[in-house]
Amino acid sequence: MAARATPLTIPEPPAELQRPLLVDNYRSFGWISNRVCSLTEGKAPVWWWVLFIPSVLALGMLLFMLGYQISTGVGVWGNMHPVMWGWDIINFVWWIGIGHAGTLISAILFLLRQRWRTAVNRAAEAMTIFAVMCAGIYPALHVGRVWYDWWLFPIPNSNSIWPQFRSPLMWDVFAVSTYFTVSVLFWYMGLIPDLAVMRDRARTRIRQFAYGLFALGWTGSNRHWSNYEKAYLILAGLSTPLVLSVHSIVSLDFAVSQVPGWHTTIFPPYFVAGAIFSGFGMVLTLLIPLRSIFKLEDIITLRHIDVMCKVTLATGSIVGYAYGMEFFIAWYSGSPYERFAFINRALGPYWWGYWTMIVCNVVVPQLFWFKSLRRNLVVVFIISILVNIGMWFERFVIIVISLHRDFVPANWGYYSPSWVDICTYVGTFGLFFTLFLLFIRFLPMIAISEVKGVTPQSDPHHPLGGAKIKEMALHE
Amino acid sequence: MNNAPKPYGIIAEFRTAADILHAAEKVRDAGYQKWDVFTPFPVHGMDRAMGLKNSKVGWFAFLGGVAGYTTGMLMIWFMNALDYPLVVGGKPMFSPFYAFPPSYELTILFGAFGSLFGMLFLNRLPRLYHPLLKNRRFALVTHDRFFLVIECADPKYSEAQARKLLEEAGSRHIEMVED
Repeated sequence: MAARATPLTIPEPPAELQRPLLVDNYRSFGWISNRVCSLTEGKAPVWWWVLFIPSVLALGMLLFMLGYQISTGVGVWGNMHPVMWGWDIINFVWWIGIGHAGTLISAILFLLRQRWRTAVNRAAEAMTIFAVMCAGIYPALHVGRVWYDWWLFPIPNSNSIWPQFRSPLMWDVFAVSTYFTVSVLFWYMGLIPDLAVMRDRARTRIRQFAYGLFALGWTGSNRHWSNYEKAYLILAGLSTPLVLSVHSIVSLDFAVSQVPGWHTTIFPPYFVAGAIFSGFGMVLTLLIPLRSIFKLEDIITLRHIDVMCKVTLATGSIVGYAYGMEFFIAWYSGSPYERFAFINRALGPYWWGYWTMIVCNVVVPQLFWFKSLRRNLVVVFIISILVNIGMWFERFVIIVISLHRDFVPANWGYYSPSWVDICTYVGTFGLFFTLFLLFIRFLPMIAISEVKGVTPQSDPHHPLGGAKIKEMALHE
Repeated sequence: MNNAPKPYGIIAEFRTAADILHAAEKVRDAGYQKWDVFTPFPVHGMDRAMGLKNSKVGWFAFLGGVAGYTTGMLMIWFMNALDYPLVVGGKPMFSPFYAFPPSYELTILFGAFGSLFGMLFLNRLPRLYHPLLKNRRFALVTHDRFFLVIECADPKYSEAQARKLLEEAGSRHIEMVED
């Protein structure tokens, strides 16, 4: 009984069981604000201009190409019977797929309480929005007569005809426009407390006015935080089914049709996995250089890179499984058209597209089983680019290879893109990088208040949460 | 006419998350109503320390979602089955199955608007003027400081008592804020 009298002590868990820090080197709250905001203050560095000027030039080329296509007609593209969906739809699906990683990071990982997401979610969400903007250009333009695009929306017109909702293409209109709108809302809501940070640091009148206006008078009141966190949770809960539905609906554009190679039930989950796979590729491509240039290694740590590589590996393996399953079903279905379509994929005139896809999407990501490679930034950067090349070829394989061999050999053909196709695609990179460079120049690319919230000293029940800031020597 | 600035409240500065949490518990137990805590990030456990109830944002999102789903279904039924019925591929004029994907997207869209604007409405934002935003030290609230404000409008408010309470809670810097 005497043992009861001794006070209960909770032993510290052994070092190997303690969670690694999300922000390295015990950085203080002030350091996080200073480091992240310093990227947007002062003169733009030379490298920023070196990237920005070519991006704007490419954007100009995009506008020229769109103008040329609108004024002349879709004939300037390489689309030709029987391949009536070419680079336009490939690039649409490719760009919108890239966007999916941003929503996965901001919504699904939030619901799963993956707190490491705070370091990368802002930049990934910005990537989502800009990628969806690039994607949106293509369906709007490929209808041919752009001035009738508004017929896609449920607006009364002089013919009294309404949109035809039995078509998955109409579902796509609603899915993509909802996706864009909700992504912007989610992104902006996350920005409100950080715009207040920028407002309180602003030295010039213009910055004070602009950041002050968009911060909406945020004070950091806990009564506000309480509603804010609830709204953030709900938005995450709404974005999760949204991100799963958008690429499912994109895949239904194909799967609802009768074309061999498109008409499969595996498409929705397979498209979603592929989208997340390519999106993480793009996040890694963007963040690996940025964390070095901006010296953000304490916020976007090697562990973050490591975890994102694991997600890439997992989704890449799901995609590889789907490729295998498509072949199995083509054989198992007993349909001669299905069998022909799949043998033609691997051995037909576009065999090089198929095998580029297999190497980039299935073989190369398997290197991420090795921890040393997941933490080698050069290797990760190269693989992240290969992933996006592979995912571009996946859409090429699905769209062009399925279409170029129709049911009747008289309909067969061979598709090649025109120079307008290629220049338009390069131009969308101009749009994407122009917007992304403006974003990192004028807005905090790290979610400042969220990162502060995952430091040890932010937890009032943690030893560092107490009045020991001086003693523990938090690093400024 | 009296142009002298009216006091808005008493503001106390704290240096750590634990300090502000314990101070909030003391102010809550002292029975104040019109007071608030200002922090650079949401402090874990602060809602309980302040005695706040669950946020009502969920109702706005829920109503938005219901409105979105209903809008989608009614709109598609009206357009494709009532106002201009058109046979396409022998499919029914209206079926909840083909109307589901757009209605599902509208549920999410309206629900998202509900939660963002519900949050702004409950917080009475945007509010570009606030007495605290004039206070020089308060600008650090978005940097690394924690503040507790008791408003003069509180029925229990007395400057001497509030100052004593906040000093006991461990604040090193207490001042008055003008309206």
